[in-house]
Amino acid sequence: MPVKVRIPTPLRSLTGGKDSVAVAAKTVRDVIEALERSHQGIKGRLCEESGQIRGFVNFFVNDEDVRFLNNLETPVKDGDEISIIPAIAGGVIACGDY
Amino acid sequence: MTALVGLKCRACGAPYPAEAVYVCEQCLGPLGVVLDEAVVRKTLSRASIESRPRSLWRYREVLPVLEPGRVGPTSGMTPLLRAERLGRAIGHDDCWVKDDSVNHPTCSYKDRVVPVALSRALELGFTTVSCASTGNLANSVSAHAARAGLRCVIFIPDGLERGKILGSAVFRATIVAVRGNYDQVNRLCTELAERHRWAFVNVNLRPYYVEGAKTFGWEIVEQLGWRLPRHAVLPTAGGTLLPKVAEAFEEAVRYGCAEGAPVRIYTAQAAGSAPVVRALHAGLDRFEPVKPQTIAKSIAIGNPADGNDVLRIVRASGGWGEMATDEEIVSAIRLLAETEGIFTEPAGGTTVAVARKLVAEGKIPKNETLVIGVTGNGYKTQEAVVEALPAPRVVNPKVREVEETLAGIPGWEDAK
Repeated sequence: MPVKVRIPTPLRSLTGGKDSVAVAAKTVRDVIEALERSHQGIKGRLCEESGQIRGFVNFFVNDEDVRFLNNLETPVKDGDEISIIPAIAGGVIACGDY
Repeated sequence: MTALVGLKCRACGAPYPAEAVYVCEQCLGPLGVVLDEAVVRKTLSRASIESRPRSLWRYREVLPVLEPGRVGPTSGMTPLLRAERLGRAIGHDDCWVKDDSVNHPTCSYKDRVVPVALSRALELGFTTVSCASTGNLANSVSAHAARAGLRCVIFIPDGLERGKILGSAVFRATIVAVRGNYDQVNRLCTELAERHRWAFVNVNLRPYYVEGAKTFGWEIVEQLGWRLPRHAVLPTAGGTLLPKVAEAFEEAVRYGCAEGAPVRIYTAQAAGSAPVVRALHAGLDRFEPVKPQTIAKSIAIGNPADGNDVLRIVRASGGWGEMATDEEIVSAIRLLAETEGIFTEPAGGTTVAVARKLVAEGKIPKNETLVIGVTGNGYKTQEAVVEALPAPRVVNPKVREVEETLAGIPGWEDAK
């Protein structure tokens, strides 16, 4: 039984409209790599070029934010549910020198 | 004529129409509103603002709605008080309090953001409105929804103060208390917003909602006589207010309404929920989320949506930040009440406590204009101070008994 990854609406164009995807993985890092193999382009949406998870993206393993666990190295096991949730942030676009 | 052009991704710049969307499909970055500066300039001036009714809608040019004043026609334009007695107590000579504890109709700064968000909800054809809230936002959404005739469901963490729950229930909002903290409620609402065509003011309407917070800054500028303060201390919960007040100061200068040196902005958090202040002190670019534990429930947000913006803006402004323990918060609530006659909730206590620290540390010079932002009302959070305050003296209706009782209280020795 693999890991189930819940896909947020803005990323479903990459998963053929599917709201969840099953992958085989041992860590959150593996999850992202596995997603990229099956749905090319998704890693670039989730991670910065350095490989770190983008600041606007929150990863949860069974309802716990991975920042409270071990970030990308957080272990996952069969039956776990991973949620990818875009951070809800506000709207400063141009903010001068302040 | 509205200056609202549309939305734009704050990270990659991709444009979006002015609808109920908040995440960039390209990079998952947050969306913000784009205003047409030329349209703003056509009618925005000190004179045009001063000619309008005393509400937040007097700054209509910089608010992203089609029909200003439709929701919350009497919200905003709260007092800016010269706080001489508070200033003396904390060692500052030019201290002011911006008092949103008396915002209309639900006594918190949320009565600024909700009118803007619900205006957009109506303009976009929503009939159900909602929010994730630590209490104040729920109160405001519930009240404004009642008046607008909108169906309302609010989501709060389990265990809020009774006044905060009652303050939504009375407007006949449907209240769902979620077992968990605010950050979990917020995440739940993000998932619900994907499934239902409900206007979550701080989720899918967030790009509009946050703009309402600018009016807190615009009012300070106008009420100081069209001048910027030198220092502003503001609480950080989700992180909406501080960046938007900074933006308002910048807008006021850009549109020729005010002059002045850039404002140094300071963030205040409760020690039990201080991810931004901790990141500031540690020199980090990004905050690490925390699990909140504080009596300041309205600002108990461990994963603040705009926390990184707060960090960036505080640093760029030359400001700083501090945190206050629960004891310091209660003590500051009492200090503000005893010196200025303002009863604030723990969030306001946090801001006052932090201002006091920053003045004591010399971070805020004692003779430069300081504005302390008070964002909520203490009558909603009586649990926070009830234990710290003396109970009434109970007497029989006899003059002598009153005099004897009073004479036993410090300061009343002359009553006998």
